[in-house]
Amino acid sequence: MGKKDKDKRSIIKPSHGWAALNLRDLWLYRELIFFMTWRDLKVRYKQTLLGASWAILQPFLTMIVFSIFFGTLAKVPSDGVPYPIFSYTALIPWTLFSKALQDASRSLVANRHMITKVYFPRMILPLSSVMAGLVDFLIAFVVLLGMMWYYKISPTVNVWVLPLFLLLALITAVGVGLWLSALNVLFRDINYVLPFLTQFWMYLTPVAYPSSMIPTEWQVIYALNPMTGVVEGFRWALLGTGQPPGIMTLVSSIAAVVLLISGMFYFRRMERLFADMV
Amino acid sequence: MGKTAIEVTNLGKKYAIGNSINAYRTLRETISEKISINKKQPQTSEVLPDYIWALKDVSFKVNKGEVLGIIGRNGAGKSTLLKILSRVTEPTEGSVKICGRVGSLLEVGTGFHPELTGGENIYLNGAILGMKKNEIESKFDEIVSFAEVERFIDTPVKRYSSGMYLRLAFAVAAHLEPEILVVDEVLAVGDAEFQRKCLGKMSDVAKQGRTVLFVSHNMSAVLRLTNKTLVIDKGNLLLQAPTTKAVDYYLSRGLTQEGQRTWQPEETDQKSHFAPVSIRVLDKKGYVLETVRSTESFFIEVEYLVRKPIKGLRVGIYLITSRGEFVFTSFDTDDPEKFESYAIRKAGLYHSRVKVPANILNGGRYLVGINASSYRIKTYFHDEQALAFNVDPSGAPGTQWPESRLGPIRPAFKWEIKKIKNANK
Repeated sequence: MGKKDKDKRSIIKPSHGWAALNLRDLWLYRELIFFMTWRDLKVRYKQTLLGASWAILQPFLTMIVFSIFFGTLAKVPSDGVPYPIFSYTALIPWTLFSKALQDASRSLVANRHMITKVYFPRMILPLSSVMAGLVDFLIAFVVLLGMMWYYKISPTVNVWVLPLFLLLALITAVGVGLWLSALNVLFRDINYVLPFLTQFWMYLTPVAYPSSMIPTEWQVIYALNPMTGVVEGFRWALLGTGQPPGIMTLVSSIAAVVLLISGMFYFRRMERLFADMV
Repeated sequence: MGKTAIEVTNLGKKYAIGNSINAYRTLRETISEKISINKKQPQTSEVLPDYIWALKDVSFKVNKGEVLGIIGRNGAGKSTLLKILSRVTEPTEGSVKICGRVGSLLEVGTGFHPELTGGENIYLNGAILGMKKNEIESKFDEIVSFAEVERFIDTPVKRYSSGMYLRLAFAVAAHLEPEILVVDEVLAVGDAEFQRKCLGKMSDVAKQGRTVLFVSHNMSAVLRLTNKTLVIDKGNLLLQAPTTKAVDYYLSRGLTQEGQRTWQPEETDQKSHFAPVSIRVLDKKGYVLETVRSTESFFIEVEYLVRKPIKGLRVGIYLITSRGEFVFTSFDTDDPEKFESYAIRKAGLYHSRVKVPANILNGGRYLVGINASSYRIKTYFHDEQALAFNVDPSGAPGTQWPESRLGPIRPAFKWEIKKIKNANK
């Protein structure tokens, strides 16, 4: 009993300024991340006609539109691979990212009944929204494999680094998700900003065009967008196009980590207001 | 035992009221606020938002294994206190030292998702309340049987009746095993049988030596479960005393909700000769009460306006239990002498007041209805749910047995016990 007591003693008092990250609490509640992700998945496609096929349809239809307008009509170069597979390879991490952004930024407001009633590390909500998108990603990824077989493109030997680029996408999504979800509690403007933000962000990411179109002197600045690194990495690992990971990937990774850490601190700072403001 | 489980020191919580709490801030507001502050500096006193202290300077200690009641009217700050203790919200000042895991039942069913089945919701809700997966697994069957939903465990909870939903939600929360349990009003809902079960579960928890904080409007439940009670009003801690004393203080100070209803002139029929003005429940001293004690007499008073003389008017009340059974009907001119002397009720403002003697009503919630009519001529006003009030049975005959009694009345009868014959050996 005595030893247990020590672990459980806690003090509640007003906090000021920047708060510690309190990753210990997050670890204690790790199972809740799993349960919330599982809930999101279970519920997501309830009462839809097409169910989980939506996970494929979204990037797939976008790919068709891109192929017609950018690939065939505008003749955007595609680094020597067929345009459909060129864009689809980029669209699946991009869809993961943009959906994560959408779900995460609304997660706190959508679960306000939980926030005002029970204590748990609030970070779990945006985190599990991002995680729930992973399953959609995997489904869409299977389609990519099918397309590669159809176009007779075999993955490069570098395919083993793909999980690292996936991780980079997740880090970016969580980082931005933390910022937006916390901001959304205070300013509902985020709801209106979000559609524009994702649209602009997509144009800033080489989804519909190759990053080789960007002048070399701008490439480092261009890589400050972590999704550039993700998309380029995906293409390089799977299709063998573009540059091998280098300075651009490094810049993207640093930008992603900065986003994540700053997002976590901002979130923790704002967390104390959530129950009263949401 | 004897060790402190919770120590609260000068706890205060300030809430902003008005703009900043109701309307969500928009970026524009924040930016323009910042700019205007920068431009005109000596304006601070006006810029400060209005705020209220939901809790102020509250200090108390709870020992391990103690069951503490918290009573106070709505908006007194009870819920704010519990929210701070369960770490939902942060205090503005002061501090709380807590020893042990806190489990809270601020509202049952938090995180329940309508599309998920009963079983799935047990896992989800358990995890939200801080239980580990294997902990939930080991208690799963117990939870299901406590909630009595065995047959529906694979049905989405959106198809549950509200009773089943509630039972399941409470069952999950009740099987949490924290060292400190914080409970808020969960017993206000559910049928009598289930309430009994919940109370039983709560006293089990207390018997296992765990600390319980119990907020309730149900005085008899507070009396039964707790030995020490805090009385809170307007954010201040008024009294911390043994429960019987605290409940007495609470009931006699008129801290309960207003047991009064008034009618605005536009709510009543302007052309009618009769218009109700107000109805209230009063204690012996004339304080308006929402909760009266079964062991004390009280008054029900109807105030009304007679616009034009009415022949044979009788103004009376019905008393109805919360289940809709009539307990009695009584009119102000039941007495033949009164009937004679008020043959014609002249125009004017009246009140008719009836004294309900002590030791009549059982504990529970009652409705008062009004009937103003002239027999076989006209009903001027009729409202079967004019006012509701509570009767607290503490101290009534038989409360040494902590069980609820059947029937709306609880008279103090004289019993006689006599030995007729010695038992044959």
